[in-house]
Amino acid sequence: MKNFTILITALASLLLMSTTAQAAEGIDAAVNEAFGAATGWFVALIFAPIPGTSFPWIVLWLVTGASIFTLYFGFVQFRSIGHSIALVKGDYSNPNDAGEVSHFQALATALSGTVGLGNIAGVAVAVSIGGPGATFWMILAGLLGMASKFTECTLGVKYRNEYKDGSVSGGPMYYISKGFAEKGIPGGKLLAGLFAVFCILGSLGGGNMFQANQAHAQLTQVIGNYPGWITGVIFAALVFSVIVGGIKSIARVTDKVVPFMGILYVGAAVIILIFNADKIGWAFGQIFTGAFTGLGVAGGLVGALIQGFKRAAFSNEAGVGSAAIAHSAVQTSEPITEGFVSLLEPFIDTVVICTMTALVIIITGQLVSDPQTGLYILNESGSIMTADGSSGVALTSAAFGSTISWFPFILAIAVILFAFSTMLSWSYYGLKAWTYLFGESKKMELTFKIIFCLFVIVGAASSLGPVIDFSDAAIFAMAVANIIGLYFLMPIVKKELTSYLARLKSGEIVKYKDSKK
Amino acid sequence: MSATIIVGVDGSEAGNRALSYAKRLATLIGEDCVLELVCIVEWSPYTFQTHEENALRKKHRQEELNNANARVIAPALKSLEETGIKGNGRVLHGKVAHLLNSIAVETNAEQIVVARSTEHGLSTRVFGSVTAHLVMSANVPVTVVS
Repeated sequence: MKNFTILITALASLLLMSTTAQAAEGIDAAVNEAFGAATGWFVALIFAPIPGTSFPWIVLWLVTGASIFTLYFGFVQFRSIGHSIALVKGDYSNPNDAGEVSHFQALATALSGTVGLGNIAGVAVAVSIGGPGATFWMILAGLLGMASKFTECTLGVKYRNEYKDGSVSGGPMYYISKGFAEKGIPGGKLLAGLFAVFCILGSLGGGNMFQANQAHAQLTQVIGNYPGWITGVIFAALVFSVIVGGIKSIARVTDKVVPFMGILYVGAAVIILIFNADKIGWAFGQIFTGAFTGLGVAGGLVGALIQGFKRAAFSNEAGVGSAAIAHSAVQTSEPITEGFVSLLEPFIDTVVICTMTALVIIITGQLVSDPQTGLYILNESGSIMTADGSSGVALTSAAFGSTISWFPFILAIAVILFAFSTMLSWSYYGLKAWTYLFGESKKMELTFKIIFCLFVIVGAASSLGPVIDFSDAAIFAMAVANIIGLYFLMPIVKKELTSYLARLKSGEIVKYKDSKK
Repeated sequence: MSATIIVGVDGSEAGNRALSYAKRLATLIGEDCVLELVCIVEWSPYTFQTHEENALRKKHRQEELNNANARVIAPALKSLEETGIKGNGRVLHGKVAHLLNSIAVETNAEQIVVARSTEHGLSTRVFGSVTAHLVMSANVPVTVVS
């Protein structure tokens, strides 16, 4: 009853705020302008280019991190993929642990936070700015990112907090502070605090406003144009009802339907690729040629590379640290096993799903090129001209709709569900960071949840440019603190890996079925 | 030589019928008979959960074990004790048919006693009931009490 009262009061506040604001003319424009002005400095700082180049330092930071982890762990993502799948299947799970969080469940829950608009809208942004070549760099970033995910999720489980009541909290803020203290490295608490601040911003940006913004864009495409704040208020009310009102049924329905929508999305992409099987070779040709020449896109090769890496990182969140929060709830006595499982996440998210989206956009001829030169034609904003002038999620929708006419309606539902599911995931990540900073009290939790809901409205009412810039910047800022932490703590993961692989090789660790023989 | 009988119990009226029948069997067999009472909390490691559910899973699992022990196993064992029948009890998470059969094999049981399930709905129509699964897949004889 108390929850219900809070729910009604907050909904009334949200509606009152919105209707009052509605009185002011052009609320969307006002929100957009204010938001752009307030966040511009932060975006400029995070995406500042390396002096003398146009290459953002933050992209280099992520790629360098992923490459170092790949080399340091001896290409673990390629060596252990079979073992990762066996772990997800439960081959190594002790039946006495039944009823605890399985490897599959930890992976599926983490994926519900990453598979979403990044795969649909983000990829469209990448190929429309960076050309088909961005896909190549996106796949490479996905493959390298598997090692980042492996490192952070192993540490997430190893240094999680297990409370007396049986609940669990984990993530970079815990492994940075505890791991640094264990190794006697100063500044752990400061770095963990910095991560928590960035995580809160990331949860409000990429995990919230970008989702609301693109869900609104999709809705307007299907049902016609209307003010963004309306979508914002509806979404905010739904998110509020789950995270504050405790209406679990909405979250459960979302969690059941989202995987189904994901399968449907990939299935539709496969059907389109089969229909256009004769163009697949050409599409890959465009991807490889574009990766090294740019095929006329703004910035050429570097432009394609930046877009590919940026959108891959935004989609799979490798190195960002959010997955470590999600994976830390798993039941295992070997933290490294969750590292093995988590490295499948960038593979599924980026190498499979993002590539599918990119191929569909390229194959269905959405990107307009000059038949004489073979180079893509750019519009006044520097992006590639598209067949119907669309961008973002609308471009992906047009690509799917060109082969399956009714699919945009399914995609609209999928986008909304993905957006909602991602918001719920990020509300959890943000909350964990918030409670790390301000303590685990009900009052503090409620404060964050209300702020989170208000940002849903801001995100839906803003235009794509400022929202996507801030969303990227906030997510990437998390990677600054997280990857510094990972560099200091990766020897711990190496020790765990060496020990585990030795025991696996010696037969000390065997599949449960084998151990019963 | 002792005879072990696995009894599927869940605190429901149907579970009590299975227990009553198993007690009659145990009385007929005599003091060498041991009833192994098993209460299973239906659980699959392949379901989708929210972040919050995952974070609280260990706590909820312990609550489920405590509740099942207190409400199902403890009263059932007490009723066995009152009638002088030997018995053990356990609560497990997993698939009912699979686990009952696994325990029967593990304890070298003579048979499994369960009550006819009262499941309805689409999944039962499509995939069959738990009882039907158990009867089809068990390695030991199964008695289904109506």
